[in-house]
Amino acid sequence: MPVNPELVGRVFPPTSPYLVGREKVREFARAVFAEHPQHFEPEAARARGYADVVAPPTFAIVVQEATLAQLLSEPDSGIVLENVLHAEQRFRYSRPIVAGDELTATLTVSGMRAIGGNTMLTSDAEVHDAAGEHVVTTTSVLVVGGGDE
Amino acid sequence: MIPAVGDIVAERTVHLTRESLVRYAGASGDFNPIHYRDDVAQSVGLPGVLAHGMLTMGVAVSTLDGWLGSSGTVTEYGVRFTRPVPVDAEAGAQLSVVAKAAEVDADARTARIDLTVTHNGITVLVKAQVRVRFA
Repeated sequence: MPVNPELVGRVFPPTSPYLVGREKVREFARAVFAEHPQHFEPEAARARGYADVVAPPTFAIVVQEATLAQLLSEPDSGIVLENVLHAEQRFRYSRPIVAGDELTATLTVSGMRAIGGNTMLTSDAEVHDAAGEHVVTTTSVLVVGGGDE
Repeated sequence: MIPAVGDIVAERTVHLTRESLVRYAGASGDFNPIHYRDDVAQSVGLPGVLAHGMLTMGVAVSTLDGWLGSSGTVTEYGVRFTRPVPVDAEAGAQLSVVAKAAEVDADARTARIDLTVTHNGITVLVKAQVRVRFA
């Protein structure tokens, strides 16, 4: 089944709130070989004006992940995970993510184009905090294999 | 400190091992088996286990930590994933990152930093660009 062209423009319901934990930030920071104390020590983060430890810039992918699950579970999407390749990723921040944030992501499928037998699918997830303020917009471009034509 | 265009602001080489991949899988929640099982990777036509693209992207930008960490923030970061990074079970993989100032606006206190990310001399991320704002 090819990717459903009617996905373009579709807006998904906000994901359930993701509570950013201090230990999760530390674990993620270690995993990407981040070294600055602001990722590990609350005092170092506070010295920079943040309430708690600061997540590295790519941490938003953890929140975006829930939106990918929404997309894949859409019964009419035509997307099979095994055929998906991550082609591009972008983050646009209003402010860094810090421990204690409660984040929800709202996914919009913003574009689709055919390349050879594949489909390039662009989607944006708008991530807001508990106060409704914008934190980051994540943009993913996925290449979806044609599968059985 | 605001750099001049062309300055190399940071660089490092990170040695990735299979343990690094397992650690990133747990930290990120991405448990795609092509990042820890050679048999699964080979069954989909890959040479073997690959690093997560998002691990490469994360390692690349963290290279700025020591330089930018206390004096600014990342406001935008994007990459294109062009080549996979195979991580050998014994030898691991070396990832080299060079961060260079490509645009600087001293009045706005912003800059664009371009990252060159290579494995065995081959560029694995393209258009790896970081926009930063200085405090």
